[in-house]
Amino acid sequence: MAYTVRVQRKKIHPHKFNMWVAIAAIVMMFGGLTSAYVVMHGQTRWVSFQLPHQFIFSTIVILLSSLTMALAVKSFRQHHMNRYKMLITITAALGVIFMISQFMGFRFLYAHGVNLTFNVSASLLFIITGLHMLHVLGGVIALLVMFFRAFRTRIRSYDPVPVEVAATYWHFVDILWIYLFGFFIWMR
Amino acid sequence: MSSEVYTGQAQRAAVAAVAVHDGDGHAHHHHQSFITKYIFSQDHKVISKQFLITGMIWAIIGGFFSVIFRLQLGFPDKSFPFLETIFGHWAAGGHISPELYYQLVTMHGTIMIFFVLTAGLSGTFANLLIPLQLGARDMASPFLNMLSYWFFFVASIIMLISLFLKTGPSEAGWTAYPPLSALHEASEGSKAGMDLWLISMAVFVVSQLLAGLNYISTILNMRTKGMSMTRMPLTIWALFFTAVLGVLSFPVLLSGFILLLFDRNLGTSFYLSDIYIAGHALPNQGGSPILYEHLFWFLGHPEVYIVMLPGMGITSELLATHSRKPIFGYLAMVGSLFAIASLSFLVWAHHMFVSGMNPFLGAFFVLFTLLIAVPSSVKVFNWLATLWKGNIQYTVPALFAIGFVSLFISGGLTGIWLGNSALDLHLHDTYFVIAHFHLVMGIAAFFGMFAGVYHWFPKMFGRFMNNTLGYIHFWVTFIGAYLMFWPMHYEGLAGMPRRYYEYSADALAVYHRFQGLNEFISVVAIIVFAVQLMFVFNFFYSIFKGRPVKDPNPWKANTLEWTTPIHVGHGNWPGEIPEVHRWAYDYSKNGIDFIPQTVPVSPAEEEVAEPVKTPQ
Ligand code: HEM
Ligand SMILES: [Cu+2]
Repeated sequence: MAYTVRVQRKKIHPHKFNMWVAIAAIVMMFGGLTSAYVVMHGQTRWVSFQLPHQFIFSTIVILLSSLTMALAVKSFRQHHMNRYKMLITITAALGVIFMISQFMGFRFLYAHGVNLTFNVSASLLFIITGLHMLHVLGGVIALLVMFFRAFRTRIRSYDPVPVEVAATYWHFVDILWIYLFGFFIWMR
Repeated sequence: MSSEVYTGQAQRAAVAAVAVHDGDGHAHHHHQSFITKYIFSQDHKVISKQFLITGMIWAIIGGFFSVIFRLQLGFPDKSFPFLETIFGHWAAGGHISPELYYQLVTMHGTIMIFFVLTAGLSGTFANLLIPLQLGARDMASPFLNMLSYWFFFVASIIMLISLFLKTGPSEAGWTAYPPLSALHEASEGSKAGMDLWLISMAVFVVSQLLAGLNYISTILNMRTKGMSMTRMPLTIWALFFTAVLGVLSFPVLLSGFILLLFDRNLGTSFYLSDIYIAGHALPNQGGSPILYEHLFWFLGHPEVYIVMLPGMGITSELLATHSRKPIFGYLAMVGSLFAIASLSFLVWAHHMFVSGMNPFLGAFFVLFTLLIAVPSSVKVFNWLATLWKGNIQYTVPALFAIGFVSLFISGGLTGIWLGNSALDLHLHDTYFVIAHFHLVMGIAAFFGMFAGVYHWFPKMFGRFMNNTLGYIHFWVTFIGAYLMFWPMHYEGLAGMPRRYYEYSADALAVYHRFQGLNEFISVVAIIVFAVQLMFVFNFFYSIFKGRPVKDPNPWKANTLEWTTPIHVGHGNWPGEIPEVHRWAYDYSKNGIDFIPQTVPVSPAEEEVAEPVKTPQ
């Protein structure tokens, strides 16, 4: 049996690897959308507008959530399950706050007459940030699942793989947002 | 299917081995009900069959549609009452309507490209072969693998439903260019049919992504001991690049579709600007359909290689096996696959030479398009060199593999014409394009698929397909393919446009002289279609009644899939996974007919014959 274990030895856990490939795919999607933004930006009917200040707040929030996520992974590895549960809850909550503040940003824009059909510039902003929010939502759901798992299991399983996969994803949506935000500021 | 499982000791060993083989120990290797075994199965071999059979059903539908619209093109004046029976008022008086014609063309293209040759082809062979040829118990994530099939299934159902809408399915062509696809008012098919098309395709993209990430991560992480990357069979290399192309290009298509859905239903103007419908100006401002073309063809071109590459891999493998010769230029084969895959991302705008794109940009795309000819020629050269002086066994799979090479050459050469923007200005959207892509991609990819099905049928079902029917299938399809598509080059050179329902209007009357030719093509198409039905019959009949396989390695091949029992159980190998000691192409070496990959290299063997020696 030792033999079988040896031949199936992997450099990196397949689920982690899957996550990296999935991240590559998501990057391509946002790459496509931001290139569309660049292309359309050159057009004469492009109308610029001020980005909502709420986005700055949401940037801080998502950066914080990355921090709590990293701490959560750390406490999981040290088997501090209570701290882990708390940190994961905070991370998920920060994710929700991020989404709310993005929504506030949209509300702000709407109040100033910048809506989905205002101009291609606004439509792209809404769709790109909206899709990003959807990805954050996916992460929040994953975190909630893990949160409940942490409670449910009587048998202590200290397999860090799911936590690490989730953390990778969470840091990714964080970095993705930083990229998008920087992109919007730069391209405006 | 695998009715018997390993018994006693062996089975327990297999299950135990499976349980250790990766940390998360799949619990599904225990007793299975019919549902978990054949329906919601996580076994890659069952999923492979699911993809294959779903793909075959789609191929019949897609092929049938081409027969219908070929009837229209071949016999524009005749009435076929049975059409009215099938399509009702869409074919009143036994004539299909122009709308229906365009819907059939759209569905034919969509089905063939995406549902058959993307999902059906890679889905079948990636699932079957990746774990079996690499020596893995299953995919990296069997659960996601199962999901990939079921997303494909849901996409299929949605597309199927769109066929039965009152306004019919999409009629915007398989490329779904706006504004035809963006405005509900544009045509009947631009109504609900288009929305369902987009939703179905979005689900389809998810399925392809799930599938692709599993293939990539399995290939990179789950190879058995000794199976270094440079010992992998070429099929696996091809499937690997196919998956990479899919994972990197489908998301861009998805973003294009999302924008299109917004334009259609939420009033945005990504692709629309300055449009008048019936004298009324639409409110849309600032968009550009060329944006859609960029997003679409960024997938669209890699997509043709997603369709082609598996066939290339299968062909390389089968030519070596069935000519009892080592593959010629293994590393060049891998390198050319890599070159083709990389270049395919840089050429998308050769589909847009006439779109109003900056002509200087066009020059760039001409250059890269023509560069693809280099690795393609390397492949052709290596295939021919593999066959050269080989002891070729003209089995049915071998014939289809040789047919693939033939079609790839004759269809590929015209790609050089089309790749030159100056020539493309004339040839764009004519039957020349139809001829080109059907030979090089459509039919060739089908040949790769047929070759694979005939070759691995014994592995999948423990029986052989009928040989005589196989030979008839090959010859009629092969000759028929040339008879159908070769003449279309001439029509296209003469300027006959594609996607036209009828060539009777005064301006098009010049194409009346092709009427006889069109009729001929249509008759051949019907015959070829009939022979495909015979293949389908052969396939299903042989699953139950075919000649049983006695020898676990009937083709005398080197690769690992033939080291499993004839009926492969869940977990693939009872007991331990074989270890690999050499590449997959030691045929006729030192007077020995074939040396499987599991055979250790003997000290007496000339080491020079081993092209790559990388310690794992
Ligand atoms: C019996 C075999 C086939 C016949 C007779 C056939 C015939 C045709 C014809 C005549 C057209 C052009 C119709 C028009 O533009 O008016 C067409 C379009 C097309 N075919 Fe086929 N075809 C066959 C097999 C295939 C296969 C195997 C593929 C797979 C790649 C394929 C993919 C397409 C595509 C992508 C289009 C373009 C659809 C569009 O313009 O939206 N066909 N076919
Ligand atoms: Cu192309």
